[in-house]
Amino acid sequence: MQKHNSGADFALTTSQTPGSSKPDPILIADKIARQFGGLTAVNVDHVEIQRGSITALIGPNGAGKTTFFNLLTGYDSPNSGTWSFNGKALNGIPPHKVARLGMVRTFQLTKALYRLTVMENMLLGARGQKGESVLRSAFPWIWRSQEAAIQEKATAILKNFKLIEKQDDFAAALSGGQRKLLEMARALMVEPEMVMLDEPMAGVNPALKQSLLEHIKELRNEGKTVLFVEHDMDMVHEISDWVIVMAQGQIIAEGTPATVMGNSQVIEAYLGAHHDTDLTSEGA
Amino acid sequence: MDILFIIQQTLSATLGVNAIIFALAAIGLNMHFGYTGLLNFGQAGFLAIGAYSVAVPVISFGISLWVAFLIGIFNSILFALLLGVPTLRLRADYLAIVTIAAAEIVRQIARSATFRDFLGGSDGITGKFASEFFDLNPFKQGLTTPILRFSGNDLWVVITGWILVALITFIMWVMVNSPWGRVMRAIREDEDAVRSLGKNVYLYKMQSLIIGGVIGSIAGFVYALSRQSVQPDNYGTALTFFAYTVLILGGAARVFAPIVGAMIFWFLIVFIEQVLRAGVTSNIIPDWLIGVNQVGQIRFMLMGLGLMLLMIFRPQGIFGDKKELALDAKA
Repeated sequence: MQKHNSGADFALTTSQTPGSSKPDPILIADKIARQFGGLTAVNVDHVEIQRGSITALIGPNGAGKTTFFNLLTGYDSPNSGTWSFNGKALNGIPPHKVARLGMVRTFQLTKALYRLTVMENMLLGARGQKGESVLRSAFPWIWRSQEAAIQEKATAILKNFKLIEKQDDFAAALSGGQRKLLEMARALMVEPEMVMLDEPMAGVNPALKQSLLEHIKELRNEGKTVLFVEHDMDMVHEISDWVIVMAQGQIIAEGTPATVMGNSQVIEAYLGAHHDTDLTSEGA
Repeated sequence: MDILFIIQQTLSATLGVNAIIFALAAIGLNMHFGYTGLLNFGQAGFLAIGAYSVAVPVISFGISLWVAFLIGIFNSILFALLLGVPTLRLRADYLAIVTIAAAEIVRQIARSATFRDFLGGSDGITGKFASEFFDLNPFKQGLTTPILRFSGNDLWVVITGWILVALITFIMWVMVNSPWGRVMRAIREDEDAVRSLGKNVYLYKMQSLIIGGVIGSIAGFVYALSRQSVQPDNYGTALTFFAYTVLILGGAARVFAPIVGAMIFWFLIVFIEQVLRAGVTSNIIPDWLIGVNQVGQIRFMLMGLGLMLLMIFRPQGIFGDKKELALDAKA
């Protein structure tokens, strides 16, 4: 396996401690705290995400991973803290502007736009569309050529994701796994620098899982940064260059997949709840 | 029973002034509800603002009717902003609550004693405020044929009204099939997904509210002009819900739905009424079953029954796609 290529080399030289600094971080977060009433859902002191890497964010249920995602992408605001993407502070920036800056997310509960066709879902993703302005929309000759170019690009991505035969179907007609694929393909239409995937493998059958994995690796090969939340440890092990572990809102460990999974604190936090089941399935 | 008379009355209503008013009101709602998923329960408020905006400036201030149209459009944009700024960032149900209340506020202000000098109180406004429009009428003698009958003024409203409906429908058709319309339909499906793709959802929802509201106020223009009077109680919540009925009858998110829906709506109301009336006066329907004075109520009962049957057997409306309707946006 040649998984330590290109953007992954940093893993060999970076300190494997929580909040360690990376040689070329694309995303830096500092002292992010989010309380819901008396509950502190997220309390991250410092974290950096290396550019061009695949970073996994893992942790037991309720660790605050999705909340952290929501905070980073502008869907929720922290009670305190600062964070920046490509050197630009993101405090108070609404989600659509975060996306325009090049950080595009997907959702844990897939948000395919059901009564739009697969192709329409894709076309929606493209940035800077002239025809999306209310005044220009009534004059098709202004946007028609751009629309054709976007369609061409969408067709290429759909072919790559093997969804091209479905292009005229409503997104609701896709299977759960195909919807995950579509959501990821649609995110690529935005031409992001960084892709944030919230549980991309949840509810996906093994065959599709493999192709999703390939697509995620492809993103890194194209120089994009990937941060994903996942519960599937096999997947985390197989594709991630770096793993960040959250528990009870805090980052408790960071490092290469191998080191992190050997970390006693991680095993305690992450596997403690399912200790028995995990042991028996591994022992079998 | 005079069958020809029934046909004449029914067809004249199907193509008549009221069908135009409801078609326009429903086109506006189609923008809001059909394409963007905004639950506007205050469309009557936009109609009222349109109607009062053409009557008041002309009667109370002696302003030209043509300028009054511009005032009406300006006022409806203002009303849309007033509704949208506080509510469009919130969940869809808040808009529903606020719009239904706002439309009632508009009506209560219009009929209040305080502004009686300008807005006419509960009597509304009557007067020749539309003379500038009817002076242009080349068909002053009206139209009288065995199957269609319009007075001179009505004929002029009907001709200009349907041209207006066709024009607005055409522009809507182009716009909803553009990338802009695609963003609108996407917002209807899931706002957060659209945000994640870099679109300013708030701005789009505001545009939808304004465009649908302006079309609603144009329906109010037609309402006021055709009657040369404005009565505040014509702009109650019932008007909004009839407009929704028209839209759903035709099929939400279908560009021709409001037109066909409005025609069917008025066809049914007048046809049922005329048949009942003819039946009662010629004693085919016995007096102990339905009296002459009950016809008005019973036509709405039968209308309601018809709508229920439609919703059971054709829930997607005339133009809708049943498969599409079955796709629950939240599933």
